[in-house]
Amino acid sequence: MRVEYQAVSDISGPLLFVEGVSGVSYGELCTIKLPDGEERTGKVLEVHRDRAMVQVFEGTRGIDIPKSTVIFQGRTIQLDLSPDILGRVFDGMGRIIDEGPAILPEKRRDINGEPINPYAREYPNEFIQTGISTIDGLNPLVRGQKLPFFSGSGLPHNKAAAQIVRQAKVLGSEESFAVVFAAMGITFEEAEFFRNDFEQTGALERVVMFLNLADDPAIERISTPRAALTAAEYLAFDLEMHVLVIITDMTNYCEALREISAARKEVPGRRGYPGYLYTDLSTIYERAGRIKDNKGSITMMPVLSMPEDDKTHPIPDLTGYITEGQIIFSRSLERKGISPPIDVLPSLSRLKDKGIGKDKTREDHADLYNQLYAAYSRGKEAEELSVILGEAALSDMDKKYLEFMNRFESEYVSQGEYENRSVEETLDLGWKLLSVFPKKELKRIRDEYLDKYFAKFGGKEEEEKEEEQTEEKKTKEKRDKQGKEKKAEKDKEKKDKQEQEKDKDKKTRDEKDKKKKRSKKTKKKESESENKPEKK
Amino acid sequence: MSEGKIIRVSGPLVVAENMKGSRMYDVVHVGEEKLVGEIIELEKDLASIQVYEETEGIGVGQPVFLTGEPLSVSLGPGLIESIYDGIQRPLDKIKDKTGNFISRGISMPAIDPQKKWDFNPVKKEGDKVVGGDIIGTVQETVLIEHKVMVPLGVEGTIEKINKSKFTVKDVVAVIKTKEGNKEITMEQRWGVRNGRPVKKRLAPVMPLFTGQRVIDTFFPVAKGGTASVPGPFGSGKTVIQHQLAKWAEAEVVVYIGCGERGNEMTDVLNEFPKLLDPKSGEPLMKRTVLLANTSNMPVAAREASIYTGITIAEYFRDMGYSVALMADSTSRWAEALREISGRLEEMPGEEGYPAYLGSKIAEFYERAGRVKCLGSDDREGAISVIGAVSPPGGDLSDPVVQNTLRVVKVFWSLKAELAYARHFPAIDWLTSYSLYPDNVKDYINKEVAEDFLEIEQEAMKLLEEEDELQEMVRLVGIDALSARERRILIAARIIREDFLHQNAFHEVDTYTSIKKQYLMLKAIITFYWASEKNDAEPEKLEELDILEEIARMKFVEEEEIKKIEELQNKIKDAVGKIATVKEEVGA
Repeated sequence: MRVEYQAVSDISGPLLFVEGVSGVSYGELCTIKLPDGEERTGKVLEVHRDRAMVQVFEGTRGIDIPKSTVIFQGRTIQLDLSPDILGRVFDGMGRIIDEGPAILPEKRRDINGEPINPYAREYPNEFIQTGISTIDGLNPLVRGQKLPFFSGSGLPHNKAAAQIVRQAKVLGSEESFAVVFAAMGITFEEAEFFRNDFEQTGALERVVMFLNLADDPAIERISTPRAALTAAEYLAFDLEMHVLVIITDMTNYCEALREISAARKEVPGRRGYPGYLYTDLSTIYERAGRIKDNKGSITMMPVLSMPEDDKTHPIPDLTGYITEGQIIFSRSLERKGISPPIDVLPSLSRLKDKGIGKDKTREDHADLYNQLYAAYSRGKEAEELSVILGEAALSDMDKKYLEFMNRFESEYVSQGEYENRSVEETLDLGWKLLSVFPKKELKRIRDEYLDKYFAKFGGKEEEEKEEEQTEEKKTKEKRDKQGKEKKAEKDKEKKDKQEQEKDKDKKTRDEKDKKKKRSKKTKKKESESENKPEKK
Repeated sequence: MSEGKIIRVSGPLVVAENMKGSRMYDVVHVGEEKLVGEIIELEKDLASIQVYEETEGIGVGQPVFLTGEPLSVSLGPGLIESIYDGIQRPLDKIKDKTGNFISRGISMPAIDPQKKWDFNPVKKEGDKVVGGDIIGTVQETVLIEHKVMVPLGVEGTIEKINKSKFTVKDVVAVIKTKEGNKEITMEQRWGVRNGRPVKKRLAPVMPLFTGQRVIDTFFPVAKGGTASVPGPFGSGKTVIQHQLAKWAEAEVVVYIGCGERGNEMTDVLNEFPKLLDPKSGEPLMKRTVLLANTSNMPVAAREASIYTGITIAEYFRDMGYSVALMADSTSRWAEALREISGRLEEMPGEEGYPAYLGSKIAEFYERAGRVKCLGSDDREGAISVIGAVSPPGGDLSDPVVQNTLRVVKVFWSLKAELAYARHFPAIDWLTSYSLYPDNVKDYINKEVAEDFLEIEQEAMKLLEEEDELQEMVRLVGIDALSARERRILIAARIIREDFLHQNAFHEVDTYTSIKKQYLMLKAIITFYWASEKNDAEPEKLEELDILEEIARMKFVEEEEIKKIEELQNKIKDAVGKIATVKEEVGA
């Protein structure tokens, strides 16, 4: 028989303190009965002798000290599981909120789960084709990976997430898949967007939804992802399905955590978030993965909005340390009209190397993305340079990089919401864009692949180049004709100039040689300071 | 043993009363499920216990059982090729017992007590021995000959010693001491929080080659040295740690996955048995001990994992081996300290970390070093410690980074910008440093090349000058630079792209011997010197076909490094040619 305690001693924020209890254990579930008969759920956060600290999931509004009663359930929060959960909608505590019938549980699991034994894990290495070039080509997603979207408010991360749900498939196999969708503190509109999208693609009966909307109790967000992942683990490791988990928005989760931490008067870490935020987040993210001798897998794509687009904010920062990469959305790309506005340079998929290559995607994949990254990064540098100095100041090669950068953004990064590019198409597109460069410039690609692919996609380009060359020749000839009269004059000038320069060069060279000799004897730092004034 | 009673549970911290007679850092078993915990604070008859397992379901009134022993590890044959959690429970055996998820309250022997090993005595009856002396050996793996040592504090003559197959619990020898006969088994236990004593500590003199060009050439670490790799996420800390674990020229590698991703440990577990040691041709796993306490495993065990790891490393050092220990990441360990400290309601220092953070970090790194081991044969052993640090936002003012830099001698600074440009390893050559070049200078001059340091310094000078010149280019454009300055830019770019950049996932590029590193750099510097000597025009330099050959040096296999040597003359010729052209034009 359960004891009903009418002994609430104080209430502070989402916390409730009960006195005179006995036999209460840490993490235990309890029911709080309000004077008006309403029942709420809580969890024991701390027990100290006869005093228990209870976190109330639905908030403490309306709870009073004299009349409210607390019943400790003697068990932790559990979720009822059966294959029937597919297609159903639950709240953040795992209670049914659609009109459907109750679930006859086959299994009942603690929503906190247990850590997967690292020894039992199977390394994720099956490539998932999402149909989005920036992901497939540059940041490939694999089964069992946790790859978050770092986004900001107002950026179309939801569309991208929905696109992935629509298009994701493993090459060459048709296996049973399911989607677990956990919403924390997002608006009804956003939740409805996902629901409609699932409905349109006929995926709804394969989706389990855990909804905690913006107007639902904030503290319930603590249990929402845990309940969702418990369902995902059941589907993946008991029913051996491939589960894609979308969790949005993790920022709201962390805020709820901070609220509790503050109410407990804990020593805060950075920006008021508790010191154990890393550990807490990892108990969510690390539940993704694959297990040896089990067909199922959990692939996780949490969405989090970076406050002020700041990647060093504790939430994205700690997330990045746990997840296997990140896809970053950029506001400046969004402004340029590029959609999805995925900023490829800071984006990363850590598991890409195991999921791509021969027999998985294509042999040249790894070298190709390295080259694309390097080229795009150099294009960005060129762009910066041209902003300061004007395009005229760029070298020919830099101009090529700049051109590449622009084409890369508009053709490779940008793609339609319903455009499903196969990985082959994505790779070919990469080669096509790279063909503007001379072969020698593509240092990150192995010779064998250069030989195999460069001409294939550059062949056309080379012809164009020849045309360009002939055109250039023509114009050159023209110029030559026009400038013939001036040539003599110019030559003279040139000669003079060269001679002058030569003298100058010689002088500086002599000076520098002297200094070099000296500096060899003296220490490095001194030589540096000596060299400095010369460069001005 | 006496029994305490729980009065408070708060996350991983449990307080129990009636704990009189217990000592600090003694191990206790908490609750009916017998979760493993350690006493971290005593106040009258109250003891605060950090519990190494999830405490959900533990409540007031449940019992606490004392063991009277500090947190210890089992040392003996069978350590190599194992994978343990933070308190040395074998994860592979746990999986056999409880399945894919780690349940609570499991206790397992760390070393297989059934397995029999071939014990070969090296001492005979009547020999006088002291603590630390090797009395026999066991071929633990193809690569590691496990040396069975006399336990510390035991001194006397060997009464009996047997050659046969034994389990680790069997008596292999009996030593007659002043206090009576002592039976020696192959298994020993040692408390993790105390370093194993040594006869004498020595300064490191040998470089620990890692096969990573930027490290070995520019920022070397010594055998017995300490290094730290701080960097923001995505900058490749873990890849560097894995690369070092794979290719570092150590005899034993202890790899601690401390609060990091589970899949990373799986990666190591999958890869190491397949990768072959470049020297012996045997799988790397045959010299590796793994400790995995992933981020979702209990936080207190994470705190212990660092100590468990270094104690195992010390044990192999005492056998006379050179051990490399990688800890990824020490920040997670520091965070575990912070979490426990917070629960204890201690006054926080910087960023909420406990005030003793600095001394804890220093204590850990001080357990590295080159030493003369105990025992009468004066053998030498070394532990090199390489710790990753994950500062929030990559901010190096983070207390963990700062406290680490105070004690370590090598700093490999990882930069996000380099990682974005896919320049890996993303070690920033301008801010990183190593204090070991002086220690290892003699060795390198003798074993590698006389002009190694000269070449290295020239290369570093080019890189530094490049940085300043880049600034100028940014301000006034490349055209404002003189031909000489542009040649510097070209040479520095070659160093960056063709030497510093190293692809960990390329079969050949992943490991470069020090000899090959020297030849590669020498070729590049030869190119620079030749261009300088011939006053070559930068535009023409850039168009030279020899550049492509320089770029492909890294893909030349170790057996064919002669090719790189030959390249030097080719470079001189090629650059010489454009010099004459220029003179003609100029004339």
